[in-house]
Amino acid sequence: MPYSLREAFNAFRRSPMLASLSIAMIGMSLLVVGLFGIAAYNIRRVIERMEARVEIVAYLRDSANPNDLQRAQQEIQKLEAVRGVTYISREQALDIARKELPEFQTLFGAMDGNPLPASFEISLRPGQKSAEAVRAIAQQVARYEFVEDVRYGNDWLDKIYLLRRVAGAATVILGAAFALVAALIIGAAIRIAIFARRDEISIMRLVGATDSFVRRPFLLEGLITGVCGGAFALILTYVTFRLLSNSLLQLEWVPLEWVVSILALGSVLGGIASAVAVRRHLQEI
Amino acid sequence: MIRFSHVYKEYARGGLALEDVTFEVKKSEFCFLTGHSGAGKSTMLRLIHMADRPSRGEVRVSGYSSEGIRQREIALLRRKIGYVFQDFRLLQDRSAAANIAFALEVTGANRAVIRTKVGRLLAQVGLAAKAEALPSELSGGEQQRVAVARALAHDPLVLLADEPTGNLDERATWGIYELIRSINASGTAVLFATHNMDLVRRSPGTRVIEVDHGRIVFDSAAEAL
Repeated sequence: MPYSLREAFNAFRRSPMLASLSIAMIGMSLLVVGLFGIAAYNIRRVIERMEARVEIVAYLRDSANPNDLQRAQQEIQKLEAVRGVTYISREQALDIARKELPEFQTLFGAMDGNPLPASFEISLRPGQKSAEAVRAIAQQVARYEFVEDVRYGNDWLDKIYLLRRVAGAATVILGAAFALVAALIIGAAIRIAIFARRDEISIMRLVGATDSFVRRPFLLEGLITGVCGGAFALILTYVTFRLLSNSLLQLEWVPLEWVVSILALGSVLGGIASAVAVRRHLQEI
Repeated sequence: MIRFSHVYKEYARGGLALEDVTFEVKKSEFCFLTGHSGAGKSTMLRLIHMADRPSRGEVRVSGYSSEGIRQREIALLRRKIGYVFQDFRLLQDRSAAANIAFALEVTGANRAVIRTKVGRLLAQVGLAAKAEALPSELSGGEQQRVAVARALAHDPLVLLADEPTGNLDERATWGIYELIRSINASGTAVLFATHNMDLVRRSPGTRVIEVDHGRIVFDSAAEAL
């Protein structure tokens, strides 16, 4: 085994308590990142499912000219974000209402005429269902003078997108804050390791070891600490996820890329933090 | 081998550690560096080792100049310089053999080379029987022998000895001195900083440079000329 790697592993043997504490602290910090990641992922999944059901319904005036309606249907169909436009006549609307709302059968029977308007049901292409895109199409459709009203669930759509933005921002901000904490912990651990081995380092320099050779074991130590901290965070995140899933909420576990990202985040943090600490503190020896 | 040209070294807080120091040490030469504590002997050795740079003037060691030497070159230069100290500076948790091996290991030597060389060096300093002893199990003189062996690990062109006998009794002092003389006899230049004038007096014909308040006040080589 090369000297640098052997020394990096020896550091864990020499100070197991310090190494365990560093890994535990990094694990706890990255746990927060992991939990927010699960929250963000699940909110995203909910939004995706809701998005799949997003459609625009344009209610038409009874006085609408059939030729105008046909022309408008073709024009709307040509819009880039639109997947399909279905014309629902007043009679079809009543039939649908009777099927979908059987509890109002008596009411429907007692009615003299048909109170329901005809409508266009506009479905959208995947990826074209953001609040802005939906609103833009709704506004465009509303411009036809025979369109009486346009509904697309604007209230809840706005709220769900706001929730998504807040969850995303919270993940980034808190993730960055806790990642910084993890980096500071690794930096402090490396500083202690450098201090504990200052005699060795000064002798290495005395006999002609290059700076990169002196640095390498500490960089590897930081990297290994970061990876172990990331793995510990994953275990903690999974345990918390199982507890929440079994008792409170129906949650989905994050995809493999996200798991790899946490491990990568741990190792990158470890690498950067130890590089900064080594650069700063080796000069003091 | 070593050349100081009008070297000045200022302390960080002001004041001069060395003032207009000029001298040369040739290949295979043995040279005492004498003077009271704080005279500037250790500063001169640190400048040769490129652990410090002159404030003015130039230090040249084995072709490397203090002006513009790069960090990596310093590491390479140090492999040509052995250094021993009054306080030995051994790793307390490693055996005598491991202390010597460490110097080779951290400069990338392979295991076979390390094993052969460590055995040879321990024999050279008379400690073959104590290869596995920890520094705490060795006498002061023996610890200094380990330090000398470590300094010789890279077959240096020059050996810097900074008060190497300062912590030793008379018998150990002479043992170390004889060892360093024998190293010099095999071609390694030696700069031996000491304020033990007894050693100097009992080495007639050996070059002596005396430093006082950062200036060279006596150089037997110059006197001879």
